[in-house]
Amino acid sequence: MKQLDVSAIKDGSVIDHIDSKSTLKVAEILNIQDEEQMVLVGMNLASKFLGKKGIIKIGGKIIDQKEVNKIALIAPDATVNIIQDYEVVNKFRVVVPEIIEDMVKCFNPNCVSNHHGIESKLHVVNKNPIKLRCHYCERVMNSKDIVLI
Amino acid sequence: MVSFKQKDIISIRHFNKDELLYILDLVKLMEQMDHTNILKGKVLASLFFEPSTRTRLSFESAMKRLGGAVIGFAESGATSVAKGESLSDSVRIIEGYCDIIVLRHYLEGSAQLAADVVGVPVINAGDGANQHPTQTFLDLYTILKTKGTLDGLTVGFLGDLKYGRTVHSLAYALAYFGAEMFFISPPGLRMPRDCMDELKDRKVKCHDNESLHGISKRLDVIYCTRIQKERFADPVEYEKVRGVYRLSKAMLEEMGIKDDLKILHPLPRVDEMDGSLDKTDYAVYFHQARNGIPVRKALLAAVLGVVE
Repeated sequence: MKQLDVSAIKDGSVIDHIDSKSTLKVAEILNIQDEEQMVLVGMNLASKFLGKKGIIKIGGKIIDQKEVNKIALIAPDATVNIIQDYEVVNKFRVVVPEIIEDMVKCFNPNCVSNHHGIESKLHVVNKNPIKLRCHYCERVMNSKDIVLI
Repeated sequence: MVSFKQKDIISIRHFNKDELLYILDLVKLMEQMDHTNILKGKVLASLFFEPSTRTRLSFESAMKRLGGAVIGFAESGATSVAKGESLSDSVRIIEGYCDIIVLRHYLEGSAQLAADVVGVPVINAGDGANQHPTQTFLDLYTILKTKGTLDGLTVGFLGDLKYGRTVHSLAYALAYFGAEMFFISPPGLRMPRDCMDELKDRKVKCHDNESLHGISKRLDVIYCTRIQKERFADPVEYEKVRGVYRLSKAMLEEMGIKDDLKILHPLPRVDEMDGSLDKTDYAVYFHQARNGIPVRKALLAAVLGVVE
């Protein structure tokens, strides 16, 4: 019989195939500390594709598109499973959108988007590894520069 | 068909090769066309939140030479901005008073922000350390006019390549024309990595160098920029590099250069170019500054849709 590394949830969301080192960052995006139902976080689990992967299961929560987009920036290989009554009712891979709005702070302190109270806007130059160009100041950011709003 | 009608001029990155050539053709026409009334009845709002001499005056002169009128300010102290008004609100109000906005602002991306919120076209006259596209048009025009071509040139960029916004935009534009580029600077003032990566992605032959020695004979153009003292934490370090990047006629001829080498500089210069160069055929930086008028006339006429 197959041994599950992380136990199943009845209803909620499972974020799988997270690059193991990014697991806690994804957990931060999802604000798991505010959840009231069961939350399971696994790291360094065996993965054929990634070598080592992370997984997060959140009981009673369907993650929204903005959260999915944020996860895509941190863990572009992640997959999302929506669970109802222990069954997977929807499964998809996260997709990095072409334009990232009001999600990532431009790392250039002299960029107009960090002043005057305007929303940040970045164009995706490369999806994996992630590379973003600020719509305003045109500076290019890599994954290490990303600070989520 | 290329058209600049009602287009914003924010970044050289927004233009393809055909569009660059279209404007350069128009500049030739504008050199012959002066004191006309093709922009009669049009109003330019010249909004300079940061000091400028050449850019502001050449825009205002260009507009007036084409029959248009100019409103605006040369510093923001006496405007609503000093009362705390946001840039977005300021330009939204001012667009009601004009047909086109020319904006210089100390924050990077400010021209794009203005273009996003107003209906009239916006020309970026410099946004912090980011872009200064009209300078790039006049740099290209100066090279074209003095070298006879933009194709396949070997260009050396010298000085502060890290913070020099004109260097980044010109390198980007010259990439369309198959230029080979040498970036000559002290280690702390090298071209930003993302600019180099982008040039390499576009298959540009580009090289980092610390001096002109060994490459001077290959260069068709030297684009010299000012090394700013304030970029150095240690004044001793500044003094060390200052001499290395100071061009003089004797030094260049001793190193060996092409007879038809041309030296450009966006100006103002401090001491990176010796006065001994000024009267040589190599020096084209004063012509370059004068090209600001026909270039800005061409851009104003094209954006306001009075020429096709």
